[in-house]
Parts: sequence; structure tokens; C-alpha cells
Amino acid sequence: MAVLRMQRITICALKKDRKAILEKLQHFGTLEVDHVIGEDEDFKKMDTAGRRMGFEKAAAAADQALDVLDRYAPEKKSMLAALEGKQLISPETERAVQQERRGLLKTARKIIDLDREHGEQLAQIRKLENVIESLTPWMALDVPMQRLETERTVMLPGTMPGGETTERIQELLEERAPEIAGADVHIISREQNSVCLAVLCLKEDEAAVEEALRSEGFARPSQMSGQVPRRQKEKLEAEIQECRRIAAELEEKIGELAAQRTKLRITADYYRVRADKYQVLGQLPQSERTFVISGYIPQCQASRVADHLSEHYDCEVEVEDLKPDEEAPVILKNNPFSSSMEGVVESYGLPAKGEIDPTTIMSFFYVFFFGMMLSDAAYGLIVAVVCGILVWKYPRMSPGMRKSLKLFFYCGISTVVWGVLFGGYFGNIVDIVTEKFTGKTITPPALWFVPLDEPMKLLLFSLLFGVIHLFTGLAIKGYLCIRDGKILDFFCDVVLWFLLLAGLLLMLLPSSLFASIAQMEIVFPEWLNTLAKTLAAAGAIGIVLMSGRSSRNPALRIALGAYDLYNITGWLSDVLSYSRLLALGLATGVIASVINQMGSMLPNNVIGILFFILIFIVGHSMNLAINLLGAYVHTNRLQFVEFFGKFYEGGGRPFHPFRENTKYTDIKEEKIS
Amino acid sequence: MSELGIVYALLGAAVAVLLSGTGSAIGVGIAGQAAAGVVTEDPSKFAKVLIIQLLPGTQGLYGLLIGFITLSKIGVLGGGLADLDVQTGLLILAACLPIGVVGLLSAIAQGKTAASAIGIVAKKPDQFGKAMLFPAMVETYAILALLISFLSVTGIQV
Repeated sequence: MAVLRMQRITICALKKDRKAILEKLQHFGTLEVDHVIGEDEDFKKMDTAGRRMGFEKAAAAADQALDVLDRYAPEKKSMLAALEGKQLISPETERAVQQERRGLLKTARKIIDLDREHGEQLAQIRKLENVIESLTPWMALDVPMQRLETERTVMLPGTMPGGETTERIQELLEERAPEIAGADVHIISREQNSVCLAVLCLKEDEAAVEEALRSEGFARPSQMSGQVPRRQKEKLEAEIQECRRIAAELEEKIGELAAQRTKLRITADYYRVRADKYQVLGQLPQSERTFVISGYIPQCQASRVADHLSEHYDCEVEVEDLKPDEEAPVILKNNPFSSSMEGVVESYGLPAKGEIDPTTIMSFFYVFFFGMMLSDAAYGLIVAVVCGILVWKYPRMSPGMRKSLKLFFYCGISTVVWGVLFGGYFGNIVDIVTEKFTGKTITPPALWFVPLDEPMKLLLFSLLFGVIHLFTGLAIKGYLCIRDGKILDFFCDVVLWFLLLAGLLLMLLPSSLFASIAQMEIVFPEWLNTLAKTLAAAGAIGIVLMSGRSSRNPALRIALGAYDLYNITGWLSDVLSYSRLLALGLATGVIASVINQMGSMLPNNVIGILFFILIFIVGHSMNLAINLLGAYVHTNRLQFVEFFGKFYEGGGRPFHPFRENTKYTDIKEEKIS
Repeated sequence: MSELGIVYALLGAAVAVLLSGTGSAIGVGIAGQAAAGVVTEDPSKFAKVLIIQLLPGTQGLYGLLIGFITLSKIGVLGGGLADLDVQTGLLILAACLPIGVVGLLSAIAQGKTAASAIGIVAKKPDQFGKAMLFPAMVETYAILALLISFLSVTGIQV
């Protein structure tokens, strides 16, 4: 249980070694760059923004090309591929790829270009298809749609609203344009809302005819071509075929480049790492011949790095302790069991300066409470086995994922223990199955007791565990006060509360209220009762007098103290909050029983048993999933709100070392010479 | 009038399941709308938002739990209805009220909180742990109601 101690390392070296030293530091990945020295006459910072942008663009291009490849030639991935971690690359391959990186970048750009061309072809196809669609109603027309005329006559193609017939249009023309010599109306096709037609008339009547028709919604078609519609459709279809062929060719070309995928990944990572390096380079103060790099390093790594650097290069390395007011970045360091709970603490907030790492103490309570909330041996076994196998099978998964799976593995084991104690195996599956098939009910015995039969007993135990958990939190606060030498705070905020709470608890135990809840009477000797009252009174008076000690005004001080005493309700609600240990445990068991009951209602034949198995699998998977979620959320809550509320605030800054921050690949570790 | 006892008791089971189930359905629905919005923008957040969406669903389960215990207590399950007088029937009905009413209202409130928590995940996916905690706060009260309903139902002598 600790926060790793940080030191400041400052390296001053010759510029000729700059690249080598930076690369070494990046490879070690143990230094968070943080410069305290500003620029002055001698030491200037270099402007690397331009080159960094170049590298970032290159990395982005490779990323984009990889995206394109994934679209055209997706890799076959198993469902658990996310657990496999980054691809492992040998240093030789990495170096070979570095040599041809420019070529690979060209390949990446080519892939992106091909993708763009492919997109253009697809857009062209869509456009042509639209044209064909608008031509479809005109298919029956066997002359070109463009202005068609003989010496004396002209054709007007167009659409009108649906429902028009030849007769009605003739009538319309007679009515609206009685002066014309006559027109010949041909309906070409009829759709639900429109009619396509061609009207032949004398050239001198054209304007009058069109005007008359327009008054009833006549419109010329938007697409006019000089060809017969059928012929034109054939031509467009041929064009589409051509576009399709080109698109397929492009796809094939991209597919061929998929073989470069691994190399592109290495290239992308290479540029990413270089961009990071240039970002650091831009922060370094440099003189004509030398440069300085400074930052945080964990104490356990400091001497190794310092020795390595001073051995291999001409440089001055200085490792010093941090100044008292300096806020160092945080790395947690715990035993293998507790370290799997670091993710939980991180999600709340890393310890701020002066706080202790609560991970180790929390980890035991965490696993304990989690098991109690899920409390079914079979569920626990499933969780533990699945997580155990995944952790074992995929050694290279990301560290965060690994920690989470290990967390659930331990919680699963704890669940098995609680399940055995409470006699829960898929709820009451053993009872149901034996009763259904043998007629005799066999109940696996609970090692401790069955919560459903004695809920009050479990409720009391839940609250007891809660009191222990809360008192542990208060004790840690006390420890912190003593460690920091705040004896008065320790006495007022911790000891007085302990007195008050212990006194109240001792007063509660022999009371009739407790007796009615616990169904057992506790009789204390008289002196203990007196002691309880004394403790509680002393605590309460102390709190009233001392809590407002920061205030000089005596009336205000008493008022603040009385207000602080009101916090007793906070303690009450904190303790009651642990009743969720009982409630969630019951929820798992009872809902599992509901599922079993549903299955057992089916008839005792082959189909019945098949459906029983189906209900069993589906029902219990859902119950497991939702209760796993519930147990996780509520265990977190008990830690974050009730436990951390007593002594922990968080707000530390995570350690962000200067390292090879790759996305796709890891390079196999070379022996550091 | 002793036939009415069992009716009241069954009404209790119905109220527990009905109200809390309705609440959970509304709550999960509210959270689901927010979740769907996030997934349209970024499908990779599906698993995270789904977990948060599920949080208001537990009230329905608590209602089911109380309903089931009530049913098995009054003998609706497995035949042989218990012979309840009106007083016992009403007692059971009263015992079912906390999880029904609190379940209904808390699930809706939790659904709204979950929708906002999904907003946290959308903007800051690394704050998932904290985002999950806000809806869990609301659930506390459903758990307390569940506890009282459970203790009352099991405590009533039939």
C-alpha cells in the first residue's frame, strides 16, 4: 500500500548525444518531463512544432490507411481479440520497416487515394442510377425527348398530375386555347401521381398549347436528351457497369495492399513515437553545445537510469528529492492481490499529496462485500473460472483490462465462499431438480445459515460489517492525523467520535429495540451500562466543545459543535447503507429461485426438460449479468461513499511518463546493454 | 368476508410488481434514449452506456422479488391457497407498498440520472466509474424500501 516515491532527475548532456539519450529515456519510459527552468540568454528552447506536426500527419495518414484496409479487407478477428493486446514485433522487423518508412508512407497515401477514387465511382453510379430512374416513365417513347420537330409540327413532352386522360386534355385544350388548329395527345405512361405525355401540335400553336396545359400543371421533363429513352438507358447502364468495374478494380488494388498492414502499423507507431519525442525536444532548454532534461522519476528507477546514462554518455545526472511543496505525479504500488483493485481507486481519484494509498485496505473489504452481494457459489465459480482462463490465456492484454479481470477473479472466489456459507447454488436448483426427478427434495446444507430463513440475522451481520468498515476508515483518518503531527485533530475528530459511537452502540445493545430486532436479549453488567453512558456523554460533550475550535467566538463555537454532533445522523445513514449487503444477496437468490420455479413447472418429458434447460441457461445468464453489475456498482459505492468519505479525497495526478506510446505494436524487449 | 383476504394479498403482490416494473421500464427507457444517442456518435461506447442504461432496471427485479415471496407465502404458487382473513390480507398489501411506490418513483429518477451519467461517458469515457455512481446513489432508497417490504412480508404470520 503505497504511493511510489518520486524524485527529480536532471540530466545535462552534450548535444551530440541528444538523440541517443532521448531515445533511451523514451525506451525506459520512466520519466515524466517537467521543466522548472525557463529560457534565458544561454538556454533556448527549440521550435519543433513544424516537424512534430509532420510526424503526426504521417501517423494519421497511416492510421487512416489502416482504417481503409479494415473496411475493404477486414481481418478475421475472434470475439476475444480485444484481449490479445498489441502485436509483438521483433526489433529486426522494426528496423527493416523504419528503413522503408518513406515508401510505406507513400503506400498509405496511395491507399487513401484509391479509397477516394472508389468513393467517387460510387457517387457516379448513384448519380447515373438517379438519371435512369427519372427516365423510366419515358421508356415507351420511341423518339428522342429533346426538341423534336418536322417542318410544320413540334412535339411537347412533359408530365401532368395523375388522373388526366387524353379526352380531358383535349377538352382542356379546346376550352383554354380554342384558336389552335388541334393537337394530338399521347399518354406515354401513367404513375400514381403523374402522367407522362407527348403532345404534337403545329409550330405556330406551340406557345398557346403549352400555356393552356401549364394552367393544369404541365411541366417539361427535367432531363432532356437527344436520344431515344430506351437507347439512352442502355448507354447509362453500360456506364454504370464501367464504373462498377473500375470500383471493383480499385477494391482489388486496395485488397492487394492489405499485405502491408503490419508494416503500416509499425510505421504509424514509429511516427507516433517520433512525434512524442519531438514534443519533448521542444521543451528542452538548449545552449549551443548542451541541453538539459528534467522531470519526475520513481525513486526505485532513478539510480538505474542515472547509472546507465552516465556510463554511456558524457553527461551530468543529478537525482534529488522533491521540494516539500511540489506536487508529484502518482503511481500506485501494491501487492499482487491488491494491485488488481488499483483501477477502482483510480476511477475515484488517485491519492493527493499527503494522503495514503487506500488500495490494500480497501481490497479486502471489496472482495468480502462483493462476494456477499452476489452470494451464489455457482455464479461465483463461473465468474472466477472465466476470468481465470482469460487472464491465463491472454498474457499480453492491456494492463487495465488485466487488473479488472483479476479483480473479478478474486471477487468470484469470494462469491463461491459466501455461496457455500449461505447454501446458494444457482438459487435452489438442487432442491428443484431432485424434487422434480426423484420426488424427494434434497437441500444442500448451508455452512452458516440460509439468509431467506433468517433475514434479520443477516441484516444485523451486514450492519456489523458496516460498522467495522466505517471504524476502519475512521482509524485510518486517525493514523493520518498522528502521522502529520496533528494531535489535537486526532483527539477531536477521531477519538471523540470513537467514544461517542462506541458508547451509543453499547447503549443500543441491551435495549429493547435491539432485542426485538435480534430476537435475543443481551444483558450487560451495570458497570458496562454506566460506562456506555459515560463514553457517549463524554464524546458528545467533547464534540460540542471542540468541533468549532477554529472559531474564536464562544457562542459560534458551541453552535458549530452542536451542528457537528448532528453528523450522528450521517453515521446512522452510513451504517444503514450496508443493509444493501442483505438486499442484493437476497435479490440474487430469490430471482434465481424464480427462474428455477418457472422451469420446474414444465411437464416431465423430453420437450419439458429441453425447455427447462433453455430457461435455466437464459434465465441464469441474465440473472448473473444483472447481479454482477449490481454487486460491482454497490461495492464501489460502499467503498467510495461510506469508506472513502471518512478519510480520503483523492485528486492526485497520474504519472504520464515519456515513453513509446504505441497504438498497434509492441517491440520485443532487447537486452539493454 | 374472509374470502377477500387472499384477494388483498394478491393485490399486494400485483402492486409490488406492477409499480416497480413500470418505474424500471420508464427509467430504462429514458436512459436508453440517451444511450442510443451516444452510440450513434461513437459505437465503441456501446458496452459502457449499456451498463449504465441497465441500472434503473433493478427496481423491477426488487418488485419481482417481493411479488414472488408474497405469492409463495400465500400459496398461489404450488397450489393450496392459504386461508387469510381480511386483516392479514391487508397487512400483506401494506407490506408490498414500499417497494411498489418507491420502486416506481426511484426508477424514474434513476433513469434521468442515468441519462445524465451517459452524457459523462459520452464526453469523458475514462470517468466511467464516477458516472456509474450517480445513478447508484438513487438506488439506495429502492434498496431500503425493498428491505422493509421484505422484512414485513416475511414477518407477517399466515
